[in-house]
Formats: sequence, structure tokens, C-alpha cells
Amino acid sequence: MEYSKELIEHFEHPRNIGSLDEASPRVGTGVVGAPVCGDVMKLQVEVDDSGVIVDAKFKTYGCGSAIASSSLATEWLKGKTVEQAKDLKDRNIAKELALPPLKIHCSVLAERAIKAAIDDWKKKHGLPVEEN
Amino acid sequence: MPYLTQKFGNAASRIHSFGEEAAAAVQAAREKVADLIGATADAIVFTSGATESNNLAIKGAAGIYASKGQHIITCLAEHKAVLDPCRHLEKLGYEVTWLKPDQFGQVSAEQVENAIADRTILISIMAANNEIGTINPVERIGAAAKRRKVLFHCDATQAVGKIPIDVERMGIDLLSMSAHKMYGPKGVGALYVRRRDPRVRLDCQMHGGGHEYGMRSGTLNVPGIVGMGAAAEIAASEMADEAQRLTALRDRLEKGVMERLDYVRLNGHPTERLPGTVNLSFAYVEGESVMLKMKDIAVSSGSACTSASLEPSHVLTAMGVPEDMVHNSIRFSLGRLTRPDEIEYTVEQVVKAVTELRELSPLYDMAMAGIDLGKVQWKEV
Repeated sequence: MEYSKELIEHFEHPRNIGSLDEASPRVGTGVVGAPVCGDVMKLQVEVDDSGVIVDAKFKTYGCGSAIASSSLATEWLKGKTVEQAKDLKDRNIAKELALPPLKIHCSVLAERAIKAAIDDWKKKHGLPVEEN
Repeated sequence: MPYLTQKFGNAASRIHSFGEEAAAAVQAAREKVADLIGATADAIVFTSGATESNNLAIKGAAGIYASKGQHIITCLAEHKAVLDPCRHLEKLGYEVTWLKPDQFGQVSAEQVENAIADRTILISIMAANNEIGTINPVERIGAAAKRRKVLFHCDATQAVGKIPIDVERMGIDLLSMSAHKMYGPKGVGALYVRRRDPRVRLDCQMHGGGHEYGMRSGTLNVPGIVGMGAAAEIAASEMADEAQRLTALRDRLEKGVMERLDYVRLNGHPTERLPGTVNLSFAYVEGESVMLKMKDIAVSSGSACTSASLEPSHVLTAMGVPEDMVHNSIRFSLGRLTRPDEIEYTVEQVVKAVTELRELSPLYDMAMAGIDLGKVQWKEV
């Protein structure tokens, strides 16, 4: 598979690996994908009282593109507000990492993981969640 | 190499000395290839490789013996170059029995014999599997085929030159092989076609000048064939020692990795396996990511993420390897150039890559926390 320099950089030096306290009211957790499909992403955000994402962590089971996509997603999320996070789209991730056409799925998975994490945080605070 | 640069004769033009020289070189190569599998030179048909040999054997036999019956027996773990011709015949109205291999990837002679019917015209079972290295009980399958008077085609691409193959002892009527799997050039192969007891006939798939006893028309690839002959000769003389050397290295790789990592599964038969093939699944880490993490080691994976079709390995799936473990598989191939220090290096690289990726894997965390991954409600995307 032809991978870009950006992708390899994220794969070899993934940012923000780890876990946040799932039980904390400040933390939103999203787990998407399935082992039988070959990829599972767990993405977490920590949101402060003003709605700003102060930390983001991930763990990913999957191919190089899946790991790089989730690493990039956490990097982009930090410092954004919960509302701004909605603007992080799969195509932005695919473009930044120059994902090969067969790997576009990985960026879609990352977008879903972001949404799932934000939605989880919203639910904890009784906020409305947009359905897909 | 002179056949690429100076000796330009056409082996089919024996009226002049240039052609004569080429024809003699092809004949010498034919004998060397035949010797390697216990055949006579006149039973060797040169082709462009094992894919063509498999197509010629399966479609050629199905075509010419159609009036005797239209049933073929094969196995789900065969190479695509066997599966696809069989699927093609199925579309044409033939009946195909797809045998399921056991957990080690093996097909038994009993399975084959039980599937034989009066209308069966061909059995196609490989000698050794390309993904997992498992060796089939070819001699017993051949004996069953003989007993029931059904032709036996064996795709021996992976086995020829690595383990002893003898078409007489094994009762093989058609045998596919490829030069580059035994260190010969790419783009050349052969099909053994039994000449007597019984004489096997085939519908040619390439019509034309009637080369290769009318079974495969087309000007012979003289440089390729000469290269294949040389490769066969070397393989024959080195096979026994090389198999012993590689088996020791293979076992060292396997043991080295298993001693230092938990949750590793060997895919394939523990002992009845090609000397140079190790296929392992590392739980909780996907195959492609392991391949990318390892430095300077060329391996392959059964993961869907490494295949152009995004389909996980059909071989591992047919053997009943759990689907997630199919994605986590890596095949290591050892060969003539593999040295012991490279095995040590590979063990280090594998252990490092898998350990780092497990640090990154949510599945590993969940499994270590005692969660049954089979019972989790996953959100497939």
C-alpha cells in the first residue's frame, strides 16, 4: 500500500495514546468498528465547563491508516469547542493523510468515533444528540 | 542468459542450426523439470506459469471429458487459480464439490473419496498450501483417485523443489508448477500431463501452431524455460539439505515468537508443513499494522486491509480461523537466502511490533480486563 509521509509519521509516532476516566462527567467516550471488520477505534474527549475540549485520547485496533486517522483526529480535537468538533469531517482526515481510495473507510471510522465521543459527553449533560 | 542476448533461435524452427540449438536447450530443461517430479520429459508442457497450468489442466480436462461426466472435486483452500477456473465451470453447468479443509487446512483422502460419484471427471487438490504451508496427503488422495479411476490434478506450485514430489508414487495425472517458486525466472511454468496409464488428454486453451504436443500453442519462452530447467536442477540437488536447514530455522522463529508473546496462534499444520512457511495470528493486533511496524522484513497478511479486494484470506476462513484472527495473521516465508541471524532479528522485530501495537489496542485492554470480545455489541461502520 502506498502511504504518504504524513500517514507514516502518525503511524510511527501516534499522538495522544491512552485512556481517560470513562466514568468522569467531563469525559465522552466513543467506540466504533468491530473486530470481525478488522478495525475498532476508541476515542475519548475531556471537556471543560466552557465546552472546550481540553484533552483527547485514543486507542485503535486496525491497519496503519486506521491508527493514523485516529491519531490525527485527537490532535485536531484538542482546543476545539464541542460545536467546532462537528466540523471535523472524514474528507479532511483523508485529505491530510492522503489516504489511498481503499482506505477511505478509516477516515469515516474516525469521524464516527469523534461523533460518538461527543454524543456520549452530551448525553451525560442532558444535551440533545443528532441521530445519523 | 545467452538465450536472452545471443542465442536467438526459435525452438520450433529446427530446420536451421539456430533453431536446433534452442530446441536442444529446451529439451535439456524439459528433462531437468521432469526429473524433479519423477516424470518423463515428454509429459512436460511448458506454460507461462502455474495460473496457466491450472487453467489448462482444469478447463482442458473438463472440456474433453465432458461427455463422461461433469463433476469436479476441489477444496475451498485452493489457490485462486484453481478456485476461479472451477467457478467458471460451475457457471457453464458443471457441478463442483467444494471440500472444506480441517482446522489445519488439510483435506483427507476419505473426504475426497466420499465425494467421488460416477460422473466425477477430475479431482483438483493442491500439494501444499501457499498461505499456511500445510501439506496434503497427496499420495493417499492419488491412490483413491486411481481406485475410482478419476483423474487427479495437483497444484504443486508451492511444493515442487521444496519437498519430494513423485507423480508415479503419488498417482498424479496432472501437476502444475511455476519456475519462480523455485528460484527460477518469473513468467514461466509447466504442466505435467500423464502420457500413459492412463494417457491424459486436454482441450487446449491456447489454439495456434500446435506447440507442446498441441496442448499449448505459442512460441516457447526459451530463456524462461532454460532458467526453469536450471532452477529445477539446483532444487533437486539441494532439496534434502535445504529442507532440513529451513525446518530448523522455521521452528526457531515460531518458538522464539511464542516464547515471548502470549495469545499467538499458529495457522497451519504443526508438523505436516512446508519447511519455510510460518503463518501466525497475533490476537488484538491487525496484520497490516504489524507489517508496517516491522523494519526491513517483507511478510504478507491475510488481513482484508492488505488485499486489493478488501477480502480477508479465504484459506484461513475456510479452515475455521475466527474472523478477527484472520485479520491478525502474518505469513513469514523463509528461503534459500535466509540466515540464522535474520531469524533472531525477525523475532525481535515481531515481539517489539506486537507489544507496541497491543499498547495501542482497545481490544487488548478489554480482553485483559476480562471482557468477552465475542459478547460486546460492536458498532460496525
